[in-house]
Amino acid sequence: MRCAESLRVQAYFDGELDALSSADVERHAEACAECRELLKDLEQVRSALRQVSSYATTPPALRARIMQALDGESAGPRSLAGKELADWRPRTFWKGAFSALGAAAIAAGFALFFLASPFPNFPADDLVSAHVRSLMPDHLIDVASTDQHTVKPWFAGHADVSPVVADFADQGYPLVGGRTDYLDHQRAAVVVYRHGAHVINVFSWAGAKGGRPKHITRDGYHLSCWSAGNLVYCAVSDTGWDELDRLVRLLQNFDAHDNRE
Amino acid sequence: MDERRRLFEARVLPHLDAAYRFARWLSHSSADADDILQEAILRAFRGFDTLRGSDAKAWLLAIVRNCHSTALQQQRRRASVPLPDEHDGEDGRALVADTPDPESTSIQGDEQRTLDRLLAALPQEQREILMLREIEELDYREIAAVINIPIGTVMSRLARARAALRARWLKDTAGEPNAVR
Repeated sequence: MRCAESLRVQAYFDGELDALSSADVERHAEACAECRELLKDLEQVRSALRQVSSYATTPPALRARIMQALDGESAGPRSLAGKELADWRPRTFWKGAFSALGAAAIAAGFALFFLASPFPNFPADDLVSAHVRSLMPDHLIDVASTDQHTVKPWFAGHADVSPVVADFADQGYPLVGGRTDYLDHQRAAVVVYRHGAHVINVFSWAGAKGGRPKHITRDGYHLSCWSAGNLVYCAVSDTGWDELDRLVRLLQNFDAHDNRE
Repeated sequence: MDERRRLFEARVLPHLDAAYRFARWLSHSSADADDILQEAILRAFRGFDTLRGSDAKAWLLAIVRNCHSTALQQQRRRASVPLPDEHDGEDGRALVADTPDPESTSIQGDEQRTLDRLLAALPQEQREILMLREIEELDYREIAAVINIPIGTVMSRLARARAALRARWLKDTAGEPNAVR
């Protein structure tokens, strides 16, 4: 007989619960050996899949073939939009939203989705554009190094701010390098990490007027933001929220530790 | 290059690799995956106006999935000789890259093959949900949109898929200590 809380425990593991429900699940797991075991199993399956699975990238020849096909398409007639595309999303979303089981899980999602833009001056679109540009070949990094002691000094000469830089290879977030991007009228520092198949850009710049959001989603990219001193940080990636926030916590902890020394 | 094409490249093409992996994962055969991916990108481009504000990644993966099922139906109709069952992956054909990735080849090998074989033996619906959650890191809402099922079903199917993979792994590696970790 499985514990009735098992789906909620899974949702907690997948980062789908809000803070209140998470605390609830943590309390439950303390008392329930079966759910503690479940959390361990979930972690084991995840790490096996992520460590062992290879992350294939599109072979260059195929990419070229597709770009060529697109050229033909751009020249020819357009707007033959298939009907299946037109109505692909909303129905299941709402059906899911009101199913009793889904309600708890997506409460967090709702908050993120609909409270997305009370910060009119926050350069979310610029951040996503900069992130996407960085994924284009050869634009990812200006200084390629896995050594924080190379990347950090490099920023001194190239950016207007000096952000926290550290390598978290042991935790699954290896440092790849650094870059500067023009953002919010200044040369922002960008520290680049890799996580599995995903690139995470951590932007930092001095003070965002009009405040900043904590979590936003744009075009399938997640933005997780925080402040430290007069710096605003924003981590951008297409990883899941829990994976992104893990790096954010690592950086915050590292920063706090660094400042004490 | 016109504006529509430029926008398409900026919003959709960054997810090309995810779409490629997903096509590979769904179709087993790399030649099929290539065709599915190309068809999906063209369809996405034609239907780009329907993307509006929704998530580009989940939107593109949903199109890949549609293209795959269309291709499958056509294949079945054409085939006079029955095709191997879709769940039959016993040949151990790699589901994921067989293009060598220099960074990871060293740590793979046996474990990679075992996992590929176990995944291939899972029902398609379990395999795809594991791929979407653990490799592409979509959240429940995005997975629900890609597969076109309610979020409650995402949760229960994901739980079953994880339990099934784990059970097979334990069974497979029984007698080989340390193989799980």
